[in-house]
Amino acid sequence: MAQNLAALRAKIECDLRGRASAPFDYRERKFVETASVSIPEIDFLAGGLPRGGFTEICGPPCSGRTSFLLSALASRTAHAEVCVLVDGSDNFDPHSAQAAGVELKQLLWVRCHNIDQALRATDLLLQGRGFGLIALDLGDIPPETVRHVPLNAWFRFRRSVEDTRTIFVVLDQEPNAKTCASLVLRLGSEAVRWSTTIEAQTMDSFVYPSAWLFDGVDVRVEVLRSRVQNAAVGGFHRGFAPASIGGDTELFGTKTIWNSPDNLLLESQSKGLKKRE
Amino acid sequence: MGFASIYVPNFLVQSVVRAEAALRDRAIVLVDGTPPLEKVVAMSDAAARAGIQLSMTKSQVSQFTGIKIRNRLRAQEKATHAALLDIGWSVSPRVEDTVQDTIVLDLAGLASLFHADENIADELVRRAAALGLLVNVAISFNLEAAIHAARGFSGVTIIPPGEELQRLGSLPVSVLSPSLQVLETLERWGVRTCATLAALPLSQLSERLGQEGVRLHELARGASRRSLALIEPSTGFEEEMLLDYAVAELEPLAFLLGRLLDQLCARLTARSLAAGAIHLRFDLERSPENNLQFLDGKSSGESALGIYEKFLNLPVPMRDSKMLLRLLRLQLQANPPRASIIKIYLAAEPARQRVTQGSLFLPSSPDREKLELTIARLTNLVGDSHIGSPELVDTHRPGEFRMNRFAPSHNEPLKNRRFSKPATGFRAFRPSLPLKVELREGHPARISFRGMRGEVVAASGPWRTSGDWWQEDPWQHDEWDLEIHFRFSPAIHLEHAYACPQRGLYRIYYDALRGHWFMRGIYD
Repeated sequence: MAQNLAALRAKIECDLRGRASAPFDYRERKFVETASVSIPEIDFLAGGLPRGGFTEICGPPCSGRTSFLLSALASRTAHAEVCVLVDGSDNFDPHSAQAAGVELKQLLWVRCHNIDQALRATDLLLQGRGFGLIALDLGDIPPETVRHVPLNAWFRFRRSVEDTRTIFVVLDQEPNAKTCASLVLRLGSEAVRWSTTIEAQTMDSFVYPSAWLFDGVDVRVEVLRSRVQNAAVGGFHRGFAPASIGGDTELFGTKTIWNSPDNLLLESQSKGLKKRE
Repeated sequence: MGFASIYVPNFLVQSVVRAEAALRDRAIVLVDGTPPLEKVVAMSDAAARAGIQLSMTKSQVSQFTGIKIRNRLRAQEKATHAALLDIGWSVSPRVEDTVQDTIVLDLAGLASLFHADENIADELVRRAAALGLLVNVAISFNLEAAIHAARGFSGVTIIPPGEELQRLGSLPVSVLSPSLQVLETLERWGVRTCATLAALPLSQLSERLGQEGVRLHELARGASRRSLALIEPSTGFEEEMLLDYAVAELEPLAFLLGRLLDQLCARLTARSLAAGAIHLRFDLERSPENNLQFLDGKSSGESALGIYEKFLNLPVPMRDSKMLLRLLRLQLQANPPRASIIKIYLAAEPARQRVTQGSLFLPSSPDREKLELTIARLTNLVGDSHIGSPELVDTHRPGEFRMNRFAPSHNEPLKNRRFSKPATGFRAFRPSLPLKVELREGHPARISFRGMRGEVVAASGPWRTSGDWWQEDPWQHDEWDLEIHFRFSPAIHLEHAYACPQRGLYRIYYDALRGHWFMRGIYD
């Protein structure tokens, strides 16, 4: 039996000579570098976004996915990295992006008409190399449509981004990339925060709606899958950890920026905004 | 160091071979004239060996087998002459445009760079070969001696000072370009070489042949003195090709464009320049159907005169012909000409080649040339207006922005703006979604859109904006931020079922000018 196994092994090694140097040897996993999202809770929970890896952010509308994406884009563009947003349904809002700190000059925005265009554009961009972050936003495309994306497309994306320093992020409503994703986070909104200047006894926004401001949302983030070694703070990590079925959750809050001092244009966008201050 | 002369033997044939490298060792004949009376004006050595003679008619030449017949193209000759000048300017800024097939360079000051005359001559031959030309190069302290040596001797000729008479002596008198009458006279006298001519007594030669005799005598001795007639370096890089047959398919067109781009890029490389922009122009074949098409409407870049034009502005100067060809192909795929092409014109706007020094402390970014190619491909996919870098415009109109050409900077990393919390994201609906709103005391209480109905549980507004009343498209909006709890409707469409969350945060507005409610976007 042992001789047969040895003979079989030798034959396989012989057949694969030139294509695989040592098919039966354990391959050391490469060190994985991660990048901060500038959301401390997520950096703590997930260790940041893996470079050369596939990150999937899923959640229903209003769950904070766009806030997460804008934060990641702001962080990367602030480091002078060239980022790309493949917008599957042309929903990106440059005003809120600039308010969130995204350097728009560093952002290539590809406005697609449908999911096919988005997938083909992503293929082209991943072959281009050199980008800091490529985001594929399928957040407003019906999940049943995204479900029909063949698994080999996700595998191709993962293979294309491997061995590069590019962060590849996909936004959708439910996880689709399965094992292709190095990191899968599910987001969901918890509480909506409103701020008001009126007294507590008249806490009905219908009485004086102009005295209320939408302040932000509390977002719950859950790690569904992570092959990135969890570390206390985002930064350089020593490799992939075994795939973990998640369950770890964190909560972070978003802040609606009505009047950023660096964004005077947004401030003057509407006369009403001045009233809100 | 003195003067170097570059001579292109059989210039007309080499002009054709430069455009079609496959013809280099073939028997080629160039014909010129009005059909059907075209006559041979030039031929390659192989054609001459096959028995072709000048002034033969095209029909006579077609009796020979294995002979490639090409029409004489003056545009090609002009481009070849420009390439010859580029070779000169690539070595020295002081160049004389002597005649179409000959130029002369002043080599003063090149000693420190090339050290020896032989090195300069070899370099000139090498650069000419890179541009597809086989040239003779001669270097001499006497300008005219250099010209005549280049015309008379093949390859490289170096004439040391004082040896002009000795080296030129073996050349036939015809290299001095005497008039036909003088040449016949010299022939009758038995004066066939420069040495024989130089040995004649000058005064008696002057008596018999006049000033031309004196000039020829000086030339034959290598003693003629004149200064270089300099010309300004040209900044035009143009190549043209007149096609024997009209081309309608992209593949053969790309092949021809590739040849022209190779020539253009080789010339730019010789001058240490790159293309900052490419101008492409096609002359289109006219036919009754095409005429109707042109009258019906013309595509972008196509004029009613049957000319198709494209300008390719490059974000960074480049001279990689393959990359430029890919970019042109993408442009042509996106907007093909409506008729077959009979003439191709290609011009490059010269620019200094980009020289960059990478920084250790800057993040890597995409290669600019590859990025341009990727963007061109993406433009083909999503359209010109749907790709680029967004820029907010200076207006109060909500949601206004413009798309700019993507040109990322490679500056030092910026200081990241730190917010205590991440900013709330917003997703815009383009165009805004119409919706129905039920009001309670003037405030939105219920809304319905996309088959969903929801109760407003919190509202903030109205935030009133208006503007552009002095223009054709004014606006007047009352904006509301709403938190909505949805009730599932049995009539909900399946395709919208995904967008039926329990709760949502929306920005809606009432368009006072149109009298309708619209949804601007969703907080996410």
